[in-house]
Amino acid sequence: MAMLDFERKYRVRGGTLIGGSLFDYWVGPFYVGFFGITAFVFAALGIALMFTGAIQSPATTLWNLNIEPPDLSVGLGVAPYMEGGLWQVISLCATGAFISWALREVEICNKLGIGYQVPIAFSVAIFAYLCLVFIRPLLMGAWGHGFPYGILGHLDWVSNVGYQYLHWHYNPGHMAGISFFFVTCFALALHGGLILSAANPGKGEKVKLPEHENTFFRDFIGYSIGPLGIHRLGLFLALTAVLTSCVHILIAGPLWTRGWPEWWMWWPKMWIWIAPAVS
Amino acid sequence: MAEYQSIFTRVQVRAPAHLGVPLAEGMSQRVGTPIFSRVLGWIGDAQIGPIYLGFFGLASLFSGFIAVEIIGLNMLASVDWNVWIFFQKFFWLGLEPPAPEYGLSIPPLNEGGWWITAGFFLTLSLGLWWWRTYTRAKALGLGTHVAWAWTAAIWLYLALGLIRPALMGAWSEAPPFGIFPHLDWTAAFSIRYGNLYYCPFHMLTIAFLYGSALLFAMHGATILSVSRYGGDREVEQITDRGTAAERAALFWRWTIGFNATMESIHRWGWWFAILTPLSGSIGIILTGTAVDNWFLWGEKHGIVPFIPDILPPGSDPALVSGGTQ
Repeated sequence: MAMLDFERKYRVRGGTLIGGSLFDYWVGPFYVGFFGITAFVFAALGIALMFTGAIQSPATTLWNLNIEPPDLSVGLGVAPYMEGGLWQVISLCATGAFISWALREVEICNKLGIGYQVPIAFSVAIFAYLCLVFIRPLLMGAWGHGFPYGILGHLDWVSNVGYQYLHWHYNPGHMAGISFFFVTCFALALHGGLILSAANPGKGEKVKLPEHENTFFRDFIGYSIGPLGIHRLGLFLALTAVLTSCVHILIAGPLWTRGWPEWWMWWPKMWIWIAPAVS
Repeated sequence: MAEYQSIFTRVQVRAPAHLGVPLAEGMSQRVGTPIFSRVLGWIGDAQIGPIYLGFFGLASLFSGFIAVEIIGLNMLASVDWNVWIFFQKFFWLGLEPPAPEYGLSIPPLNEGGWWITAGFFLTLSLGLWWWRTYTRAKALGLGTHVAWAWTAAIWLYLALGLIRPALMGAWSEAPPFGIFPHLDWTAAFSIRYGNLYYCPFHMLTIAFLYGSALLFAMHGATILSVSRYGGDREVEQITDRGTAAERAALFWRWTIGFNATMESIHRWGWWFAILTPLSGSIGIILTGTAVDNWFLWGEKHGIVPFIPDILPPGSDPALVSGGTQ
């Protein structure tokens, strides 16, 4: 059985949002639940549609397989099956599967009597996906602004959208997003390293506790956020990286249609520079 | 529901400042009288300080200061020492590396020599800080995992500013110092070598970077969700598994069919965070030395998607003889 030695006492009934105890069971290590069924159905349908797209496409490998959104001329309408319609249905399936997954996480939290931080964090990621394939295309007036489903295909899309705005690195939201991603990675290295160094202190040394962890960080940089705080900080940094990324893609097009380097011209043209330049 | 999400600390217990685990006699000691910040206490520990400086800490801060001074004064000189214009144009200002004709030689100061000098002091500062990271851990009887993570970051910095320029035979290959200048360098680098998105090590780096954010969101959220059971005391949970570690593990086991342990999640995090700069450095070192055009590399290996022909066929300027090679 795929059960850990301490697992049986935690496998209790209840905590479901829908369906009572009808779907309240496990398959191997997986909890099912009503949303497990819906997530499976959405995912299976989406993947099957991707296969039908793959069969009819000129792709030769998984790398160059690319399922494109409809042409911009379709606007916000429904496209024929092989001309973007497939992409539209797959997007719906993906959204359904993601939301089902988040709600399934809520049911699991209820069962275990733990907080809802993980499903909340996951909904931020779902929001980022929806920004790309739903909200921005809606604001721009065509589903064709969504990104294609393909490994190299979506990289081409990122590259092309970037150069449509001349130089994407000057997008202030992109700057913030990149900075938060880097800082998250940095903080994760520090946190992972600190816990590993306390739990694995080397031969002949005793395992260390937060007293030593805090002392190390105060010695090192003058401040230790502490064992609880670092998880708040890590979650905040990771979610802010995603949220600033949402901002950066939503402002490109709906709010600014020119090159991003030009956007920065408000800074040297601010009124505060005028007086000293004259004097 | 909001009661139990552990978003901030509502009741702050204020004990006398903790001055740290005692250090061995004869070592230089910590400096500064600790202060408390109520605002910091909402999120984490309220105590700020003391700090251990020591010779290497001071030397590192000093060389870092010299590097920043050199960069800043060069920027100021580039706007004719006008402080207002310095701030007005700050994001656009930079300190550029030497021109290609200097190769790996040392040029006059105002033709790239300052860039080399600033790079030298910055490298020195990072190295001294590494030594401090290592010795502070040793002095407290901890493992040296943080120092080795720091090594990976320094390695990427050296790959960009020293190793790749040395392999290419010119300092001019290195990135400049400056906000917009280093962004321009990054974009130009990608275009010059045929779109870095086609570099598999760039793909891996992005995957590890996003993966780091994903892991920290998953880990941070999991620990906060079990903090009501004492899940934030991670080392205790590692050595003597409690219900917090069990519930955290079961959450992921039931969700994705697999779970880390209280210790192994930190190994996952540490490796993802370290592989971000490591795989990045491989991509940087290969670009221009082993591979001249990542798009053509991708075409050769059959990974380029088929894009329908909308525009009439044109010629790729990179393929015309006499073009940039």
